Amino acid sequence: MAQGNSGRTGARAVIEALLDEGVELVFGYPGGAVLPLYHELARTPIRHILVRQEQNAVHAASGYARTSGRTGVCFATSGPGATNLVTGIATAYMDSVPVVIFTGQVPTRMVGSDAFQETDITGITIPITKHNYLVKDVEELPRIVKEAFYIASTGRPGPVLVDIPKDVALAPCRAPVPDRVELRGYKPTYQGHPGQLRALARSLGEAERPLIFAGGGVQVSRAEDYLRQIVEKLQIPVVTSLTGLGSFPEDNPLSLGMVGLHGKPCANHALMECDFLMGLGVRFDDRVTGALEKFAPRARIAHVDIDPAEIGKNVRVDLPLVGDISCILKELLPLVEPAGHGPWLKRIKELRNLYPLTYGRGGEVRPQWVIERLGEMTRGQAIITTDVGQHQMWAALFYGFTEPRTFISSCGLGTMGYGLPAAVGAVLARPDKQVWLITGDGSFQMSMAELGTAREQGLPLKILLFNNHSLAMVRQLQHFYYERQYTAIEFTGNPDFVRLAECYGAEGLRISKQEEVVPVLARAMGNDRLTLIECLISPEEIVYPMVPEGAALDEMILPE
Amino acid sequence: MKRTLSVLVENRPGVLSRVAGLFSRRGYNIDSLAVGRTENPAISRMTIVVDGDEQIIEQVGKQLNKLIDVIKISDITNDPYVGRELILIKVNADPSVRGEIMQIVDIFRARIVDIARNSLIIEATGDADKIDAIENSLRPFGIREVVRTGKIAMLRGAKTRGMEASGNGTGE
Repeated sequence: MAQGNSGRTGARAVIEALLDEGVELVFGYPGGAVLPLYHELARTPIRHILVRQEQNAVHAASGYARTSGRTGVCFATSGPGATNLVTGIATAYMDSVPVVIFTGQVPTRMVGSDAFQETDITGITIPITKHNYLVKDVEELPRIVKEAFYIASTGRPGPVLVDIPKDVALAPCRAPVPDRVELRGYKPTYQGHPGQLRALARSLGEAERPLIFAGGGVQVSRAEDYLRQIVEKLQIPVVTSLTGLGSFPEDNPLSLGMVGLHGKPCANHALMECDFLMGLGVRFDDRVTGALEKFAPRARIAHVDIDPAEIGKNVRVDLPLVGDISCILKELLPLVEPAGHGPWLKRIKELRNLYPLTYGRGGEVRPQWVIERLGEMTRGQAIITTDVGQHQMWAALFYGFTEPRTFISSCGLGTMGYGLPAAVGAVLARPDKQVWLITGDGSFQMSMAELGTAREQGLPLKILLFNNHSLAMVRQLQHFYYERQYTAIEFTGNPDFVRLAECYGAEGLRISKQEEVVPVLARAMGNDRLTLIECLISPEEIVYPMVPEGAALDEMILPE
Repeated sequence: MKRTLSVLVENRPGVLSRVAGLFSRRGYNIDSLAVGRTENPAISRMTIVVDGDEQIIEQVGKQLNKLIDVIKISDITNDPYVGRELILIKVNADPSVRGEIMQIVDIFRARIVDIARNSLIIEATGDADKIDAIENSLRPFGIREVVRTGKIAMLRGAKTRGMEASGNGTGE
C-alpha cells in the first residue's frame, strides 16, 4: 500500500476524526473503493455492523441516531454500493435524521471516465443531503469530516455524504483534525427573536381555544420537558404529527394523539375548532393538513421551527418564530401566565366522547386490538419501529407512546423496508430497552435479509408481522379511489415466516386466534431472543379514520 | 414579478449545480443567472433574476440560504443599482446595409467586433431594455445568432454587498 512516511493516510485521518467524534458504531458494506477505510477501521475499537444491503446501513444508522440522539455513521463502496444508499439517504433527509455517510470512490484520475463501479454519488445526492463532499485533496479530509458531523447534527439535522476517491484515502495526510468548524455559509439560529417571543406569549394568553401541534422537531431539540411544563402551566391540549409521537405522553389527559389523514377523530376535530394553533417543529405536511384551504379555519397560526424555510412554506403563518424549540419554550415559560381554559377543555372532553377512536367489527384477530395489547404489556415504553402501510398507522394510533424517541418510522418519505434495519440500529443504541418491529408482509420482504444481521449481532429484537398476504394500504386506496378494482396487491408466494425465522436461528411464533395474542406476546417479551411473531389478519381491514382527498380534517370516514 | 438577487457563494466546484438544481427541482423560474469570482478569489457572486410572486421569492431566498456553500443573499430589486448585460449579435450584413447597421450600432453605443463578407458581430452592453431594443432594431437584417450573459448588478454609491454584513459562522 502506498503509505506516506508518517504512515498516516487519508483513511487513517478519517478514522481518527471518527474517534474524535466519539463514534462507537459504523454500519456498512465493504467493496473495493472503500477498503482503505475498512483497513483502518479494523484497528480501532469502533464496532462495525455488516448489513446485507447498503440501503439498510443508512436505515440502521438512522434507527440508531433517532433512538440515541447521536449521529449515525455508514460506510459503502463506490458505484452500486453508493447508489443503493440513495433511498436510505432520502429517508433520513425527509425525517431530519443526522447521519454521516462515507463512500469510496474510484481514484481521482479515473473520476469522470465511467470507470468500473464509478457513479457520481455527490451529484446524485445533492437534492437529498443537507450537504455533501467529493474530497480531492487529502489535506482537506480531516476538516471535511469535522464539518460533516457538525452540519449533520446541528440546526435542522440531516444526512451528509463524504465521497473519498481511493487514492485520496491512501495518500499521506498531515493535516490535523481541527478543533473548530468555521463555515461562513452555515449559521443556524437557536435563540428566538425576543419581540416575537413576547408576541407568542401574548397570543397564548389571549387564546380561548389554543392547541399545540408537536412534531419531530420537539424530540430533535430534546424539548419534551419544556413542552410538558408549558402544557401544564397553560392547560393546552396537544396533538402530534407522526414524527411527533412520543414528544408528549399519550397517557396524559391533555394528549389528543396524532392528527391528520389517519389522525385520531378528536385530534382532527380539535384542530378544526381551535382559535390558536402553535406548531412546534412541524412541516405542515400534506398528510397532516388535508385540504389546505380548509385547514384550521378558525385559528391564528404560530409556527416555531429552526428551519426558516419551513415557515410559510405550506400554510399561512400569522406568527413566525425561528429557533431551537428548547431555547424558545424555556424563554417562553416565564412570559406566560397560568391558565385553565375550562370551557375549551370541556369541549375537548365532549369531542372525545362524541368521536372515540374505534375500529368497528371484523375478522377474528384485529391488528388494532393486538397493538393495544402490546402497548399495555410494554406499558407504552418499548421502542417501536415500523415499516410503511396499514400497520404503521395502527401502531401510531393504538400503541400509546409515552416516551420520546420510541416511535421510529419512515414518516416523510414513507419507505417500505425501513423497519427491520432501523430496529437493528435501535437495539444497538438502546440495549436497555425492548425493541419491537411492527411490520407487514409487504414491507418486511423488502429488507428481511437483515434477519441475518440481527442474528449475527445477537440482537434480541421482536418482530410483530401482520400477514394479510397483500399490500392492504394500496388495496385501501383502490377501495376508495379506484372502484374497488384490486390490482397488483396480492402475494400468493409468501414464505412461511415462522420457518423463515427459524432458519435464522430466531424463535418463530404464530397468532391465528384472538386468545393466542396475549400468551404469544408474553412469550416473545420473556425469551430474550430474536423473535418473529406472524399474526394472520384479514386483507380487508381498512385504516380508520380516513380523511378523503380534498376534504377537511373533520370530514373523516369512520368505521361502521 | 421579476426580482434580482445578488448571491455570494463559496468559489468551489459544484456550487453552480447545487444552486441551479435547487431552482429546477423546486420549480422556480430562473430568468438569468450570471456567475464569476469576486474581489476575494475564494468567493463568487451570482446575480440571479427570478420570476415569481412574493411567496415564491421568499421561499427561493430561504431555500438558497440552506445551501451550505451560499454565504449571503440580497434581494436588490428595490435598491438603486447598476444592472448590465452583455450581448453578442451575429447579424446578416451585405455591403449594401452595413452603413445602416453601423448607424444603429452608434445610436446604442455598441461596437462592431468582427466583420465577415456577409455578416457582422456586434457587442453591446446595457440594461435589459437597451439590450432588447438593439436586438429588435437589428432583427430586420436577419439575426443569425445571439449570445447573452445574463444580468450582473452592483449597488450604487459606497454601499457594498460584501462579506462585512454577515457574521463569521463558527461553531464548536
